[in-house]
Amino acid sequence: MAGKIEDESNDRVPLRLRPEWSDVTPIPQNNGPNPVVPINYSEEFSEVMDYFRAVYFANELSSRALSLTAEAISLNAGNYTVWHFRRSLLESLKVDLHVEREFVERVASGNSKNYQIWHHRRWVAEKLGLEARNSELEFTKKILSIDAKHYHAWSHRQWVLQTLGGWEDELNYCSELLAEDIFNNSAWNQRYFVITRSPFLGGIKAMRESEVLYTIEAIISYPENESSWRYLRGLYKDEATLYVNDTQVSSVCLKILRTKSNYLFVLSTLLDLICLGYQPNEDFRDAIEALRTSDNEEQDSDIARTICSILEQVDPIRVNYWVWRKSRLPQAA
Amino acid sequence: MGELVAEKRLRYILSIEKKKDSFESVVMEHLRMNGAYWGLTTLDLLGKLDTVDVDEVVSWIISCHHHDGGFAGNVGHDPHILYTLSAVQVLALFNKLHLIDADKVTNYIVSLQNEDGSFSGDIWGEVDTRFSYIAICCLSILRRLDRINVENAVKYIISCKNMDGGFGCTPGGESHAGQIFCCVGALAITGSLDLVDKDLLGWWLCERQVKSGGLNGRPEKLPDVCYSWWVLSSLIMIDRVHWISKG
Repeated sequence: MAGKIEDESNDRVPLRLRPEWSDVTPIPQNNGPNPVVPINYSEEFSEVMDYFRAVYFANELSSRALSLTAEAISLNAGNYTVWHFRRSLLESLKVDLHVEREFVERVASGNSKNYQIWHHRRWVAEKLGLEARNSELEFTKKILSIDAKHYHAWSHRQWVLQTLGGWEDELNYCSELLAEDIFNNSAWNQRYFVITRSPFLGGIKAMRESEVLYTIEAIISYPENESSWRYLRGLYKDEATLYVNDTQVSSVCLKILRTKSNYLFVLSTLLDLICLGYQPNEDFRDAIEALRTSDNEEQDSDIARTICSILEQVDPIRVNYWVWRKSRLPQAA
Repeated sequence: MGELVAEKRLRYILSIEKKKDSFESVVMEHLRMNGAYWGLTTLDLLGKLDTVDVDEVVSWIISCHHHDGGFAGNVGHDPHILYTLSAVQVLALFNKLHLIDADKVTNYIVSLQNEDGSFSGDIWGEVDTRFSYIAICCLSILRRLDRINVENAVKYIISCKNMDGGFGCTPGGESHAGQIFCCVGALAITGSLDLVDKDLLGWWLCERQVKSGGLNGRPEKLPDVCYSWWVLSSLIMIDRVHWISKG
């Protein structure tokens, strides 16, 4: 929900008392009789919006109208009609958009989860073109330093990279964020975005080797990290055979299995690998055997079935899914 | 659900409408059309839609209708695809669709489709897969889905599919339960669910359930009741809801 920017209600002069507005007849909202207004705040809001309606319907593209939109936005930054009109005003008055950018930054500080603000920011950046690149990257970085998973900020950042460039440091930036929080799914997503789309990196095939190393290190540190496992799989996108045959993948699985802790994603990965044709050796069988907790569980020669059984036990929230996975396995020979 | 609880919810929803000058009311003033949709469909679920003055609601909706065919969030606001869907949905709820010119509304939505198949929210050009869903859902209600380029619309949505099986707001955007609901919904309506990797996406959606039983929208984020809707309805659409733990 939009927040209100700090306003000095006590110092504020009502519009009806400002000489520069004396020629305007405010237009009240036309939706029935207004009840008695006990809250000072909404009196201010009603007045600002009444005057806004007057200039909006008159299509008055003046600087006082521009100031008024700023007031209206400070009271409710979610009001998209006010933003629309502001854009018309900015175009018509040929306002310096660098100044506008600062305005948006101030508004954003209290309302960063607001679609209108981000869209307006993008509109300004589009108009400014290439010269806006660094400031936009800096702006999103600032927002992300407060909330590293901020969806709008990431979306805006991706748009900036694709439209205005600045790819060179992006992979490093992802690494920085992941060093702060290896569980940041947005940063992993951005990493994938960079390696697949950056014009400087050569695409996923060129990056696979180094990225596999990076990801495996991350997995070893925190095997319970969903994002890293998905990223690893993503590195082999349409090349399942490579994924199955890469000994680095099977090695890290075995390594973590042997620790007997945080092995949920290892097991699901192993299950996927087996379904893709991987044939686990004796080491794997031993490691998985060591995880079986209950003697009541029937021993299953089929390692995939055993994995499903273990997952049903250790990931009970998703028991239905693991039961289904087991049912889809080819019957043991 | 007990009678007492339903009664309380009904009173809350009706009170928001009445308290026109409360803080909640003023900051939601521009999106009242969305509020109307959520509030009225909730009343309908509670079996209390008859407590509403249909004529008053309908005439207010019509007053939000613009010449270009779009609907605004409230009187005196600009049209937007978001409010156009809500308006059509509410009119459909009351069986009053015949009161609007469906072709005009359709033309508005058609005008918002871009060359790459994506949809803008309004003339200012913001693109998001939410708008793809909205356009497709709206036109499906109006039985005019064939007026947009469905093939391109689907192509664009699929371009927003990620390697985890989920969907983001734009190509490359992080998978997010809300965006997934929109993309899967749009694909469902256009009969294109075969393009979804249901098993992979289904598992991703299942992984949204955390120890407390609640659902989050992305890995390592906090659960929120709104994600229960996005995640569960997505699972239902891809026929995998039985994977979720109901307990």
